Amino acid sequence: MAIKILKDKCTGCQLCIPACPYGAIELVDGKARILPHCTLCGACIEVCKFGAIVMEVKKEKVADKESFKGVWVFAESRRGGIMPVVYELLGEGRKLADELKTDLSAVLIGSKISSLSSGLIGYGADKVFVVEDKELKDFRDEPFSKVLVKLIEEEKPEIFLAGATAIGRSLIPKVAARLKTGLTADCTGLAIDPEKKILLQTRPAFGGNIMATIICPEKRPQMSTVRHKVMQKAKFDKARSGKVINKGLNGLDISAKTKVLKMVEDLTQKVNLTEANIIVSGGRGLGEAKNFKLIEDLAKVLGGAVGSSRSAVDAGWIPYSHQVGQTGKTVCPNLYIACGISGQIQHLAGMQSSKVIVAINKDPEAPIFKVASYGLVGDLFEIVPLLTKRFRESA
Amino acid sequence: MNIVVCIKQVPETNDVRINNDTNTLIREGVPSIINPFDTYALEEALRLKEKLGGKVTVFTMGPPQAEEALRQAISLGIDEAILISDRRVAGSDTLATSYTLAEALKKYGEVDLIICGKQAMDGDTAQVGPGIAESLGLPHITYVKKIEEIRPDDRYLKVERMMEEGYEVIETNLPALITVVKEINEPRVPSLKGMMRAKKAEIVKWSAADLALDEKKIGLDGSPTWVIKIFTPEARSGGQMLQGSPREQVEQLAGKLKEIKLV
Repeated sequence: MAIKILKDKCTGCQLCIPACPYGAIELVDGKARILPHCTLCGACIEVCKFGAIVMEVKKEKVADKESFKGVWVFAESRRGGIMPVVYELLGEGRKLADELKTDLSAVLIGSKISSLSSGLIGYGADKVFVVEDKELKDFRDEPFSKVLVKLIEEEKPEIFLAGATAIGRSLIPKVAARLKTGLTADCTGLAIDPEKKILLQTRPAFGGNIMATIICPEKRPQMSTVRHKVMQKAKFDKARSGKVINKGLNGLDISAKTKVLKMVEDLTQKVNLTEANIIVSGGRGLGEAKNFKLIEDLAKVLGGAVGSSRSAVDAGWIPYSHQVGQTGKTVCPNLYIACGISGQIQHLAGMQSSKVIVAINKDPEAPIFKVASYGLVGDLFEIVPLLTKRFRESA
Repeated sequence: MNIVVCIKQVPETNDVRINNDTNTLIREGVPSIINPFDTYALEEALRLKEKLGGKVTVFTMGPPQAEEALRQAISLGIDEAILISDRRVAGSDTLATSYTLAEALKKYGEVDLIICGKQAMDGDTAQVGPGIAESLGLPHITYVKKIEEIRPDDRYLKVERMMEEGYEVIETNLPALITVVKEINEPRVPSLKGMMRAKKAEIVKWSAADLALDEKKIGLDGSPTWVIKIFTPEARSGGQMLQGSPREQVEQLAGKLKEIKLV
């Protein structure tokens, strides 16, 4: 439970000192010393060339770890349809399952949804566990977590993947906490360690400026959530066969203190921002609310969604639901067109993994140009309407 | 109403990079702040107190310097602040953190509502709020953008929860835990009086022993997940600045986007 300096190996080279993000290492009498505010992040261990920094850990070994087998995907559904991220998870899950030489299963929870199983099998699931009850028609954390926890305790998968959707980010932390196992959110990379056969989960931290690889060596299942559009969708093969296993509730009490009264759709969003393949975003450079019309026009012609920087939302020009960035939504479209957006770190955190980024800004020094695939320095009031016209003509 | 807000002190900027020559983390010497989403949590708590009376207490788990974040919270009008700090909780992942904060809440006593921010800017996991609720056996609702109705005597809460395509209206019983998003309110700035009060305020400090924490559930030992590597993501490269008049630039862009079949 501590980071130790092996004094006989430490040469006082001081490489570790700037490596510490918390300034918790100092040089004393020619040797490194860990200070009390060390957070055990381990950055120094990576950096020491002399093996002089070690982490002492006593990890409780889980007795029947080896009995956990199989890769599971939570087949989140809403209003009778499977969420698109599930097909991406099946694609990724298939690779993991193949490498571990084990099965890929999907978990379908809801009411009257068993017909969706065949689609899941076509997209790669060897098995689909179905739990149906009219009480499970709408998602609620309490009943869904009870069902999921019971299923996991019974069937013991070694890996559990779910989409990092609004539902996933509420449900899965609850399930992981109840199972007292590890959960890694918003993974951008998943792989199997060839020696240890455990899941290597890579994810961004500090707003995406750093990547971290995380493991859950002892507890099971190893749980990860993945955002939509990060992994590749599985290929559909209608000839694939699989097993559908109907699991009854068997008296499980799924009563809940929480009730969903109604769902209100956001009518300002004609195309769902998190689902969109193309996003046109406006920022402070637009100057006033009515100029968002330029953005909307271009988005419409391209069949894309309208996004915004924080400045525009704070100025009241567009609702918060359109905000892209650290305190808004994280998006990963194929094409992101940023108009009049300077590209502050917090905005980039929400869109820098877009496949192609186009930036239009009159300031050539704007940070957005550092991440843009194509940069256009100029007046957006001239360029954006020209683009709209150009794409309308070729449509 | 008895409300608790859980906050986290985070670095002010995410401008954390790795020096590619030495493969070490570089963090500009920036001050620490209250996690932005937590400021909305604090504000909501204060508004509820102004409307319904009662008390707001702020908790944080962190190193000794996290006391500064608590004082900032007090300057906004928070009544009491509790710092959970102990060498032994360092290295906690979200499960261990949830356990520790939940134990602190149990020691604190009866609470009507626990408010957390949606997620912390450094870890970005959004897991601790739900984790605390689970440890305490309380219902939780994430991404709350508005509290529509709250009746503490009837133990009733109705909120709007943000979803990708709109929002849901959800009702539940108190006590409950909610995590809030930016849209919920506009945080106040501290008053001069508040800042003076914060300077003199006494911060309650609890150690692992004060909370009788199970050593196996805290810190690194209590963390099922473990970071084994940190690295900088590949910088986006190969970007081109288009040249020429606006018309020319537009033409070039249209051509390129068509070429790669994006439009």
